[in-house]
Amino acid sequence: MAWRIVVGLLDDVKDPRGERVRREIREHLGIELEQVRTLDVYTVDADLSEAEVEAAAAGPLSDPVIQRYAVNRPLARDFDVLIEVGFRPGVTDNVGRTAREAIQYLTGRPFAAGEAVYTSVQYLLKGKVDKAIAERIASGFLGNGLIQRWDIVTAAEFDQEKGVTITLPKVTGDARPEVREIDLDVADEALMQISRDGMLALNLDEMKTIQAHAIDPTFSQTRTAVGLGAKLTDVELEALAQTWSEHCKHKIFSARIDYEDEQGRKESINSLFKTYIVGATRDIRAAKGEKDFCLSVFKDNAGVIAFNEDWSVVFKVETHNSPSALDPYGGALTGIVGVNRDGMGTGMGARLIFNTDVFCFASPFYEKPLPPRLLHPRRIFEGVVEGVEHGGNKSGIPTVNGSIVFDERFAGKPLVYCGTASIMPRVLNGKPCHEKKVQVGDHIVMTGGRIGKDGIHGATFSSEELHEGSPVTAVQIGDPITQKRMFDFLLIARDRGLYSSITDNGAGGLSSSVGEMSEDTGGFELHLDRAPLKYPGLQPWEILISEAQERMTLAVPPEKLEEFIQLAREMDVEAVDLGVFTDSGYFHCLYEGRTVAYLPMEFLHGGVPQMVISAKWTPPKTAEPVFPVPADLGAELGKLLGRLNICSKESVIRRYDHEVQAGTVIKPLVGVANDGPSDAAVFRPLFDSFEGVVVSHGICPSYSDIDTYHMMACAIDEGLRNYVAVGGDIEHVAGLDNFCWCDPVKSEKTPDGEYKAAQLVRANKALYEYCVAFGVPLISGKDSMKNDYQIGDTKISIPPTVLFSVIGKIDDVRQAVSMDVKRPGDLVYLLGETRDECGGSEYYSELGFLGSNVPKVDAMTAFARYQALNAAQRQGLVRSCHDLSDGGLGVALAEKAFAGGYGLRVELEGMVVEGELRDDTLLFSESPSRLLVTVRPQERESFERLFAGQALACLGEVLDTPRLVVSRSGRTLLDVDINLLKEAWQAPLREL
Amino acid sequence: MAKEVRSIVITGNGTNCEREVANACRLAGAEVADIVHIAELLAGRVRLDDYHFLNLAGGFLDGDDLGSAKAGANRLRHAPVKGSAESLADQLYRFIEAGKLVMGVCNGFQLMVKMGLLPALDGDYRSQTATLTHNDSGRFEDRWTYLKVDPASPCIYTRGLTGIYLPVRHGEGKFLVREPQVLERIEAAHLAALKYCAADYNAPTMDYPLNPNGSTNAIAGVCDATGRIFGLMPHPEAYVHRTHHPRWTREEDLPEEGMGLWLYRNAVDFIRRELL
Repeated sequence: MAWRIVVGLLDDVKDPRGERVRREIREHLGIELEQVRTLDVYTVDADLSEAEVEAAAAGPLSDPVIQRYAVNRPLARDFDVLIEVGFRPGVTDNVGRTAREAIQYLTGRPFAAGEAVYTSVQYLLKGKVDKAIAERIASGFLGNGLIQRWDIVTAAEFDQEKGVTITLPKVTGDARPEVREIDLDVADEALMQISRDGMLALNLDEMKTIQAHAIDPTFSQTRTAVGLGAKLTDVELEALAQTWSEHCKHKIFSARIDYEDEQGRKESINSLFKTYIVGATRDIRAAKGEKDFCLSVFKDNAGVIAFNEDWSVVFKVETHNSPSALDPYGGALTGIVGVNRDGMGTGMGARLIFNTDVFCFASPFYEKPLPPRLLHPRRIFEGVVEGVEHGGNKSGIPTVNGSIVFDERFAGKPLVYCGTASIMPRVLNGKPCHEKKVQVGDHIVMTGGRIGKDGIHGATFSSEELHEGSPVTAVQIGDPITQKRMFDFLLIARDRGLYSSITDNGAGGLSSSVGEMSEDTGGFELHLDRAPLKYPGLQPWEILISEAQERMTLAVPPEKLEEFIQLAREMDVEAVDLGVFTDSGYFHCLYEGRTVAYLPMEFLHGGVPQMVISAKWTPPKTAEPVFPVPADLGAELGKLLGRLNICSKESVIRRYDHEVQAGTVIKPLVGVANDGPSDAAVFRPLFDSFEGVVVSHGICPSYSDIDTYHMMACAIDEGLRNYVAVGGDIEHVAGLDNFCWCDPVKSEKTPDGEYKAAQLVRANKALYEYCVAFGVPLISGKDSMKNDYQIGDTKISIPPTVLFSVIGKIDDVRQAVSMDVKRPGDLVYLLGETRDECGGSEYYSELGFLGSNVPKVDAMTAFARYQALNAAQRQGLVRSCHDLSDGGLGVALAEKAFAGGYGLRVELEGMVVEGELRDDTLLFSESPSRLLVTVRPQERESFERLFAGQALACLGEVLDTPRLVVSRSGRTLLDVDINLLKEAWQAPLREL
Repeated sequence: MAKEVRSIVITGNGTNCEREVANACRLAGAEVADIVHIAELLAGRVRLDDYHFLNLAGGFLDGDDLGSAKAGANRLRHAPVKGSAESLADQLYRFIEAGKLVMGVCNGFQLMVKMGLLPALDGDYRSQTATLTHNDSGRFEDRWTYLKVDPASPCIYTRGLTGIYLPVRHGEGKFLVREPQVLERIEAAHLAALKYCAADYNAPTMDYPLNPNGSTNAIAGVCDATGRIFGLMPHPEAYVHRTHHPRWTREEDLPEEGMGLWLYRNAVDFIRRELL
């Protein structure tokens, strides 16, 4: 019998959680309640005495100043309906884990196997609410049926003696470990059935390749020697499916693509990745010669560039889209703590210094009916923001840069990009820290969290297969504290030289981490039964491919093994020896001494057949709209400032700790009231140096509807101009591409596959050309290729989206520049040329148009401009600098003004333009590579001299009155109070 | 260790501001600023007795899963130190009795309050009489705050100061007491050394967001009657250089040294004067 401890606030203590829930139930569901109060429930399934349970309830589980508690009796009263929400079996319960540890400290003895603490929350609803409404509240807001279950009890039904009785969410089932053999000597249809039934996601070509290998007689000979039958085991087939998955092998980026452009010219591209991404970096590094600052690119979990003589910087950005669609909180939390492990798993390991996050959502105010199984965009927004908040804040990593992009099509699949930078010494214990190598005989040691059924087969599962007692497999919840403990431990182990290689367990679990590490030696022997499990009942194949979080795999030399494990134990971290790395040439897994997988490494890593994809570019039929220039351009500007893609994200930014580690020199919010939108972040990672890391990004999916080539070029340019705006050195900067695409392979489900594949080719061509032109090497990246929603006849494909992240250096953070205007009288300069480029712009979108004149980047002039701007910044001539992006010049002027708290008077006649432009085009065109700068009047000449021969115009000056006054040839286009503009900009997401 | 000011920052289980706190101690003149994992203390290899200035840094002890710092306070109380009959808390009480200095920031402050180290009325460092709980907004918030110093406070850290500007970064910073007389005694003894106020540092405020969490009487920091034991929600270690200030690019007359450093300097000077 489990103990139930209920903890609640005293009656006169405010319950902010309950208040927030009440407010959000109103916002999300339109249900008005009188009151919501909350109680925490700890269900303690352990052999404890009554006195011990009392002590736990009175001590660590409740706060004597504001709370009271009850043991095995209810605390709930004064409600109409009670909803208790708890986890389903097997779901990570971080609070339960902490409560168990606390009780162990208290009693001085550990819990026995199978004993646990399970947490749940009781929501006491008061108001006009019945069971049906409560069910709507539970399923529509409080709980997520994939990971949680709930009980609903009315006041009349409530048992005053016992309270709510719930089933223990204990993982049950008496599955015996079993290894099945799979007969692959079958017809094609049966082969595909095996792939589908097993959720292997292997296509026929791949299944046939495996079949050919499996039925080859020489193959069976090698197997009998290790006691295996001729047929493949489930462990082997799962290992192949994992290793050959799109996620791990990037089959689309490695495919041969037959591409035909609009003029019928054909070419065959052998791997987009090798041709355009690796190719760009190779050519740029060669051109840079001695100035090449790349240290480790593409081969590790993250890219590494030089920072200074002693330190290097590591950067990676990942996506976690499908899990975030299913469980926004857990998906996003797992996303951020997952990318954290990439930094820790690069080279010999690095110390994490900051996070970045970029989200793509549909509007949280979405009002149309939602297709089945999609969560409302507002829930996704809330859950993702909170997941990243907990993941970043609890890990002690500042979130310094990000953005949120809105498009209705992201209702089908939200995009959640999480990035992490870290820092490592150039040389550690006499060797380059960014390199690592497993030695034959090193032990395979897994450390951190335990293995459960989390993340098996990722997102391919469906909820219908869940039943009581079966653990949830696809959705994972990150545990930042277990990970933080592990990182604290690993950095010490690293510095003491206790291991020779490290990598993280992310997608594919041990199969992936051990499989990849063993490429250094050419084989391994892994004992699956030695792996620590969260609960019994896992099959050997599940242990191999589980994606349970917070785990790293290390190669530990035999002579260091004891010291490594001892250090882990002292620091409350689990570390277990699972086997050894060998040079056998085989991927060798055992269970209780018996071989369960024995595959040649060569076949596993090199056997996947290359896909062939056909791509044909037919430019979409688009046209420029015809409409008169709006009479009130001030009103148009106000509307633009209130658009979701432009408006203030302050309510989200403030929820992220952006200052921990005391290195954030240019913060996300700047200006006189600490609320202006920064272009990029500057971070000082070392206390004894003023050198800084600069990070920014570019993302413009709205241009993809016209041409992904220019979308990509604009994203690169946006990232770089944000970067130079704050003072980032254009000669010492690297890029990182994250492609999120819809399925580009033509099939029955995707009849427009050739067009989508052509969009992908064009984006890659631009990626190569513009990175080479700007001299910006790519150091790492990722792709997520199936961002479609399809149920029944409804298909929603996201707009092709690339996040181009930028990381580089500023020599002295004291020269960094913020975007807010500083003093009245300063001169306002516009750098760059303005063209008739409103296609895909926020302005056109506000008016309901797409247009055809997509912005185009001229890299040569842009690069010269960025160099000159760097020179001006180094000489201290730039008082403020802001990039022009969504909403063009008008929005940039307004943001600069209200962030600084001063007005501006500008005259547009002197603008450098191409052709004759309308007033609204001057104000709202999104021509790239432009920046607004303010300069002290006395420094006018020195500043202008640096831009001799470039597109530069002095438009006006900073006013000491709070008005934005814009004229053209003396004719006033708009004259607005900057406080009104600021209000329009701040209002939309203020309350979220 | 004759003439060295020795400071220690405890880390582990979710603490995350240890590096900048140690840096602040060093900048303030401490000769020693050791970052020590709690495992080292529990293993008995490092003892608090060898230090003068104990720093409990910000972070999320055990994820704040049971309420901020609750599990952390429980660990300190009960976890035994290897090779001895004492718990870490016993070492801590001895440290306080020896007249040494303890400063807790954010999660460190929450830890002190929940252990009973603050406000420690009548010199009782073991009973919890106050708490820090969820912000009225129900949200974690990162924002800069103005703090008015009580000139009559015994707090040795805020001596000579009138107001400071520091960031808060917390979800549970609302200071509350159960018994009204606890609050009265805190106020009467001037233990609430820091209170949230407006930019003029004039009067405490309950207005959001100047008072970012709805803290009772706008209390941001509390010391014990000796003034040596001190905790505060805002982060002094996050403002030790002008480039930490959110408006350093526009306020040209900012001094090189940040206001947060003053608290550490006062601590180090006190130790040099009184304890060495």
